[in-house]
Amino acid sequence: MSESGRAWVYGDGINTDLLAPAAYLKGSMEELAAHCLQDLDPDFARSVKEGDVFVAGDNLGIGSSREQAPQALQMLGIRTVLAKSFGRIFYRNALNLGMPALVCADTDRIRSGDRLRVDATAGVVENLTSGETLACESLPPHLVEMVADGGLIPHLKKKLAGGR
Amino acid sequence: MPGKHNDNDAARQTPMSMTLAEKIIARASGRERVRPGEIVTCEVDLAMMHDSSGPRRQIPKLAELGVDVWDAAKVVLITDHFVGERDELSIEIQSLTRDWAAKRNLGGYHEAQGICHVVLPERGHLAPGMFVVGGDSHSTTGGAFGCFMTGIGATDMAGVLATGSIWVRVPQTLRVRVDGVLGDGVAAKDVILAICHRIGINGANYMTAEYTGSGVAAMVMDERMVLANMAVELGAKCGIVAPDDVTCAWLAGVGVDVADAQTWQSDDDAPVAREIVVDAAELAPQVAAPHSPENSAPVNAHAGTPIDQAYIGACTGAKLDDLRMAARIVDGRRIAEGVRFFVAPASVRINEEAEREGVLDTLRAAGAAILPSACGACIGLGPARLGAGEVGISSSSRNFQGRMGDASSQTYLSSPYTVAATALAGHIADPRDYL
Repeated sequence: MSESGRAWVYGDGINTDLLAPAAYLKGSMEELAAHCLQDLDPDFARSVKEGDVFVAGDNLGIGSSREQAPQALQMLGIRTVLAKSFGRIFYRNALNLGMPALVCADTDRIRSGDRLRVDATAGVVENLTSGETLACESLPPHLVEMVADGGLIPHLKKKLAGGR
Repeated sequence: MPGKHNDNDAARQTPMSMTLAEKIIARASGRERVRPGEIVTCEVDLAMMHDSSGPRRQIPKLAELGVDVWDAAKVVLITDHFVGERDELSIEIQSLTRDWAAKRNLGGYHEAQGICHVVLPERGHLAPGMFVVGGDSHSTTGGAFGCFMTGIGATDMAGVLATGSIWVRVPQTLRVRVDGVLGDGVAAKDVILAICHRIGINGANYMTAEYTGSGVAAMVMDERMVLANMAVELGAKCGIVAPDDVTCAWLAGVGVDVADAQTWQSDDDAPVAREIVVDAAELAPQVAAPHSPENSAPVNAHAGTPIDQAYIGACTGAKLDDLRMAARIVDGRRIAEGVRFFVAPASVRINEEAEREGVLDTLRAAGAAILPSACGACIGLGPARLGAGEVGISSSSRNFQGRMGDASSQTYLSSPYTVAATALAGHIADPRDYL
């Protein structure tokens, strides 16, 4: 689970309405993703690249249970989200989609555009631009396994096929 | 007896005391006891979904898993998000939702009957001690009835539908004690907004918010539901009120068996992570400024701020008691020139009862327009959606940027009393001046 990508850094309280505006919820995921964060940074959805890392301060993803919030980030190419703290439903949703959500106390030390390599299992973020290494809280073992399987659905599929 | 183990001593020890939420999690996970921080798997007593998080999201996931719902009788589906919307996509979603329900013998399917968090207890689906999940963040509302009820996302829901179970980390408890009785013109909404300010949005992240004290005991169920509903604004996994006579009378009225309600209480000595006390008598009406419920302050901090629209709506703020509060303020008066005043009763039954009592007549006579019982403007849909640069005051729960309309609109949150007083004044006003 080692990823490297460019950091997109935002502040505190990035909520689900900003990530997945309700006006687009009933349409396709592609359309919704194109409007992800439009009220905060219209450039984000246009410019984010496959493998990039979403970095926030406290309370990332507070608000609604809408899974489209992390799903929009994932669809745009984000592979890991880092934050000082998460809204709890967003946190579960991200992991359920197979996207590591890591609690990192030092996200202030990351600048937008920094190259990051994230080892979700070890809970380590290497900032290739600044040369710093930052520690994250590690995921509980059952979630490491689920994320490695690609999320809850593939994980359950494997378990159901195994006749657990 | 240090240094010596004796089986009789062990037998005489009382089991570790637990909070109500811990007791429910222990029961649902088949354990005698659970402790905060433990990860356990719980059997779900009921799963509730709405038209946005429901079949349209679940069908592909269940198809991929190659299974259907584990127990249809434990699934309740309620349409509320796209109700009243008549564009092609909304019609398509409603039709897909209806067809999915028709093919299964669900525990309940309630189409266009109101907002799920209000319809669920109203139709007798909740009882104290149940472990319930809902596909919506405000599912914490169910905790007002002594349930452990929490909101989950679509993939988590697919896991529940497929297996009937879900993992949870046992939450720590924030005990909120409300002492004394609220002043006239002050409501549960003011209590929870004051708490949002005090501990911050997400200040109870992953915790259980348990509401106790004489102030809570004095509240009707509609008011307790506000405390439980907005527990999610504190980041809580659930908000809970232990059942008492008020709970039992309400539930008995909708045909629920409450024989074991006394079982579902927190032990007096159950350890909690934090306790905060609210002095009810001292509390002034609160107003939360854009764009967060934590931006709450006593109403006089914002008095005089002009508004374009006043909205009584949503699962948080349009139950029968909420409508009565608004009607009491506007009775015999007219809203200010140039202000739009919308009221969307939280359910069809509430609408009928408010009509019967004359509450809706009072609101209409003051200039209110009555909207369908649906999520509406709280999720930025329907006629009360705010336009560019507009300012609204709302009895709903969230005022995040752009949630209730255009990104440049501004939403203030308050109790139904304060929304109504503001509609009359045309600017944010203290409802106590209109009692």
